[in-house]
Amino acid sequence: MNWSEFFHMGGYAFFVWTSYGLTLIVVLMNIVSPMLQRKKIIARIKRTIKREKLTGS
Amino acid sequence: MFKSIWRWIQRFSSPKYFYEMSAKLIPWFAVSALVIGVYGLYLGLFVAPTDYQQGESYRIIFIHVPAAWMSLFIYMVMAISAGIGIIWQIRLADMVAAASAPIGASFAFLALVTGSLWGKPMWGAYWVWDARLTSELILLFLYFGYMALQSAIDDQRSADKASGLLAIVGVVNIPIIHYSVEWWNTLHQGATVAKFDKPSMHIDMLIPLLLMAVAFKLFYAAIVLIRTRNEALYRDRNRRWVRELIEKL
Amino acid sequence: MLKAYYHLLFRDLRLAFRNRHELANPLIFFVLVVTLFPLAVTPTTEALRAMAPGVIWVSALLAVLLSLDRLFKQDYDDGSLDQLMLSPNPLVILVLAKVTAHWFLTGLPLVIMAPLLGMFMALPDEAISVLIYSLLLGTPILSLIGAIGVSLTVSVNRGGVLLSLIVLPLYIPVLIFGANAVDVAMNGLSVRGQLLFLGAVLALALSLAPLATAVALRITASR
Repeated sequence: MNWSEFFHMGGYAFFVWTSYGLTLIVVLMNIVSPMLQRKKIIARIKRTIKREKLTGS
Repeated sequence: MFKSIWRWIQRFSSPKYFYEMSAKLIPWFAVSALVIGVYGLYLGLFVAPTDYQQGESYRIIFIHVPAAWMSLFIYMVMAISAGIGIIWQIRLADMVAAASAPIGASFAFLALVTGSLWGKPMWGAYWVWDARLTSELILLFLYFGYMALQSAIDDQRSADKASGLLAIVGVVNIPIIHYSVEWWNTLHQGATVAKFDKPSMHIDMLIPLLLMAVAFKLFYAAIVLIRTRNEALYRDRNRRWVRELIEKL
Repeated sequence: MLKAYYHLLFRDLRLAFRNRHELANPLIFFVLVVTLFPLAVTPTTEALRAMAPGVIWVSALLAVLLSLDRLFKQDYDDGSLDQLMLSPNPLVILVLAKVTAHWFLTGLPLVIMAPLLGMFMALPDEAISVLIYSLLLGTPILSLIGAIGVSLTVSVNRGGVLLSLIVLPLYIPVLIFGANAVDVAMNGLSVRGQLLFLGAVLALALSLAPLATAVALRITASR
């Protein structure tokens, strides 16, 4: 089997590759979004710590 | 005896301990998910033979079916850990439940979209009221309901308990919904025949399917740990262990 | 225990009859929604019959959904819900009393109104009687499941859309079997299976939903 035949997927290229592409996107989003969330949470806690130090409480 | 077990559970389910332990576990899950997933994809896309009825389009099965399994599995995990959280007041269980919902919803979404992309060449339409697709859609709604309730209540503790109870009610209902939808579908089934279920599957197709299912499970394990860590940090943001941890960063 | 049940039931009914006009609103809504469909589609007998079971059942579902708010909302706002929870009677019994009252005030009127709507939608007589039976078995389930939903959302501001998001997916089995029973009856076939299924779900809901509602109320009250 050669590569162009493989990408052609027997005429179903659009359906098969859209499915796999969307899967890749969903997987990546599942990886990236908690990482961003973590950054946000840490930044937020750091801000509170700073504020508390300034107000001296 | 029970007391010591209880103390042991409490120690291991403390967010601080979990936070330290999970850091060691995540790479293992992530790497094995990647390895098994790549191998499964290789077998599924290159080795598995062409289906005599559906041609190459059936290769969507290797993501569609594991995604659908995962969406159901994660809902179960969510309900069970929510139940543990409600009954034994273990905060970590609540965090796992809350962390699972977005992942499960994303898998339900994936199962729906790939199902409809598979349906187009098979049925001639992107959406057909097939029993499984319909059940999957309802499952997605159940996830949305859980997440909406979770975010609508300000107080974290009661948000966890309320949405957890909803997840449990949902789990009791899922079989009823599933069978009534299936029954409804057999009544109204005209020209469309459910092509998703194969009575017997070629072993070369089954192995990549199962490998992909395992890869998805491991992927979920890695992501749910990452998300639960976030929940632990956020919910314990005023406690000392989080403060000390953040100062060190 | 039984005394507490009746006491709360009659209290709710008495309170509801004090503002009667509010009582009629879900009913009017029910009739109104059903009326929209012949206007939107076509008023030919065949077309009406084809959609009648679904239209009537969906409208009944929405009417119950709209009325769910009054199950606990007022009690929550004026604090009598907290009083109920402090009472020595088991909360499950009290919940059951409130749900019964809710059904008498919305489910039962819907059942009584159903023949009229069956006539609107050109249903044959035997289908109308099945419609009544199916609603009779189905509407208590809607009240019972709805009670879980309201008790979870009663403290949320503007929880209306949230409530429907939570409750509607859980209503789907009732909708499928209720509407199908009417559909099948029109074709002169036996509806035993469908009605038995509704009865089974009713039994299940009757035994589990009040428990879940009681737990949900405690969660709501603890915040």
